[in-house]
Amino acid sequence: MAQVTLRAPLSELCGGRTHAIAGATVREVLVALEREHPPIAGWVLDEQGRIREHVNVFVNGIPGEERTRVADGDRLHVLPAITGG
Amino acid sequence: MTELLVGTKKGLFRLEGDGADFEITARAFAGQSVEYAMRDPRTGRYLASVTSWFYGPRIWVTDDPTGDWEQAEGTVLPEGEEQALERLWVIVPGEAEGVLYAGGDPGPLYESRDGGLTWSLNEGLWNHPTRPDWNPGNGGLCLHTIAPWPGDPSRLLVAISAVGVWLSDDGGTTWRHSNHGIVPDYVPEDARDNPIQHCVHDVRRAPGRPERLFMQFHGGVYRSDDAGASWIDVGDGLPSDFGFPIVVDPADPDSAYVIPLIGAEDRTPPEGAVRVWETRDGGETWTARGDGLPERAYLTILREAFDSAGEGTGLELYFGATSGEVFGSADAGASWRQVADHLPPVYSVRTA
Repeated sequence: MAQVTLRAPLSELCGGRTHAIAGATVREVLVALEREHPPIAGWVLDEQGRIREHVNVFVNGIPGEERTRVADGDRLHVLPAITGG
Repeated sequence: MTELLVGTKKGLFRLEGDGADFEITARAFAGQSVEYAMRDPRTGRYLASVTSWFYGPRIWVTDDPTGDWEQAEGTVLPEGEEQALERLWVIVPGEAEGVLYAGGDPGPLYESRDGGLTWSLNEGLWNHPTRPDWNPGNGGLCLHTIAPWPGDPSRLLVAISAVGVWLSDDGGTTWRHSNHGIVPDYVPEDARDNPIQHCVHDVRRAPGRPERLFMQFHGGVYRSDDAGASWIDVGDGLPSDFGFPIVVDPADPDSAYVIPLIGAEDRTPPEGAVRVWETRDGGETWTARGDGLPERAYLTILREAFDSAGEGTGLELYFGATSGEVFGSADAGASWRQVADHLPPVYSVRTA
């Protein structure tokens, strides 16, 4: 299981900041997170399965992408990018 | 009491007033772009299209705009497409019970049959064989206009920039483009044969004579008297052929209101004088209405930021600007006053 940490509004949609989620890649973990918490569907991954442009996913503190491997006990942080206006 | 739903770059504002004095009575989606918000007159339900810079576009619904909103489902593109849904531009009640339509970027039309909680893609338009040839305008490949035919759910008009007008006579199962008579003078004369390169900005149907439509085009104002089958230029007399929104008086099929802007890159009122131009003879003549509007204001009024309430001598008109002001008229445009200011840039104004 990976430990996924979310911030608002994602944490509100999922009922909490931290979640233990299984998956071998970042995409698998995020898809499993959507399956457990349907209100978050489409928020982090778009309908084509890509991480949205202005969302960052860190794996153990290192920027990750959809194919990044995830091991048992890894820490995933899902954060809004420092962009916008 | 008139209710205004004002979508802005930083959230939705509900204003309530008596046609002259308004106050903000609700705000929602702080910090997010609200492209459009409307209230379904059949149910009283509020629907808003909201784009989070981070988390994408979706429709939200509520029966109480001061309370919680529920996210709707289904406004996505099919799996395997090259891109995801960019934005939702408009939400319009259909004629059949419970039906609503929504349009977005890159050109999808969605339909809901449960009052807006779940949506599905209109496959007929999305899979039209010409779609690979659709090209976007400056604002994207946006399906922004949806005009049902009063009393007939089978007939529907939509418009996409920069593609043009589409008509369906079978409830959206099949579609045909219909831009005959519209001159896209932004391409060379010998390149104007392409029937789907038309940057339509807005279309409104005259509810009392549904075959009558008015269009603000990228360059020109047009009228159709045959349900959109053909279009005639009625823009002579206006100070500019460019603008975004168009509004009609429901009581008068010969009426239309536009807000001319300088085209090309400027997109502000000519000479900075904010004016609403009115026709009461189907576009034969136009009259400026500006009593109470700014004489020097370099602002932009976007496509969805102009709407009306009532009709005839009781027609109320409201428009919002990218400068964060909302202006209103309670006497069919004869006089105007500012009804809100210091809002974020206004994207849409709808009466409820």
